[in-house]
Amino acid sequence: MSTSHKPHITVMRSQLSRARGLGSGKSGVAHWWAERMSAVALVPLSGWFVIQVFRLAGASQPEVAQWGGRPVNATMMMALVILTFYHTQLGLQVIIDDYVHGKAHVPASLLMKSVIFLLGVFGAISVLKLALVATRGRIAAN
Amino acid sequence: MQDVRDALYVGHRSDGTLTRRPMSPHLQVYRFRLSMFLSIANRAAGVAATVGSALGICWISAAAKGPKSFAKVQKVTGHPLGKIALAGWALALVYHFVAGIRHLIWDSGARFDKKKINEDGPIAAGVTVGVTLALVLSILGVAACRSKKRAS
Repeated sequence: MSTSHKPHITVMRSQLSRARGLGSGKSGVAHWWAERMSAVALVPLSGWFVIQVFRLAGASQPEVAQWGGRPVNATMMMALVILTFYHTQLGLQVIIDDYVHGKAHVPASLLMKSVIFLLGVFGAISVLKLALVATRGRIAAN
Repeated sequence: MQDVRDALYVGHRSDGTLTRRPMSPHLQVYRFRLSMFLSIANRAAGVAATVGSALGICWISAAAKGPKSFAKVQKVTGHPLGKIALAGWALALVYHFVAGIRHLIWDSGARFDKKKINEDGPIAAGVTVGVTLALVLSILGVAACRSKKRAS
């Protein structure tokens, strides 16, 4: 394949004919843009998470439960879980698109999305339980 | 016509001028470059960070379930192998973060040519190793201090 010459069109095909069958031109950047925007949102959330890891390193279960019971921590943690697994699912989709071809592509994508979705929901439920059970404990103590 | 594949390698820039589309690297014929390793390492780090995040979900769900489950997780995080896994997760996250920042910079149009990419590569690798070491050592230190305080 020649690499040195200046790019020029040598095939007598119209632009329309070349574009046909390559997919829609209208939603091409949606996935790319979602990946970037979730990445940007994860930058401050990751910074917050690193600080929390220092606060919780070696902590006991009651300490973690107390931490998770604070609404601000629960909010940030929930945002982190949702965005992490949203971004994960976008990234793994690209990997499957690149390496899995033919009939296996759709099942592989669906399996990956199911697993990631369930993991994310499991994380969200755990964050909610920490948030709500701690609240109930505090009301009981009053 | 030299090669029929040329037809699909010619694309248009947004200003209408013609350009050659990039080709995937052929590992058999390309000399090893740091940038190609850093590129695939970002993908691998993303996958590793996913596995680590699943473990992180195990941690928070155990905390939500109760002291008994949390004690089980602490057994894993306290074990040397668990610590190595946590360090690996930290390395994957830090590198994916650094490489992601580089991608965002490239998306803005900055630092996006061969010379600058080759300049930034070793810096990215150095920052990753330094930040990971500092984070892992200080977090393990804080954890050790806290459990020692509780024991005494």
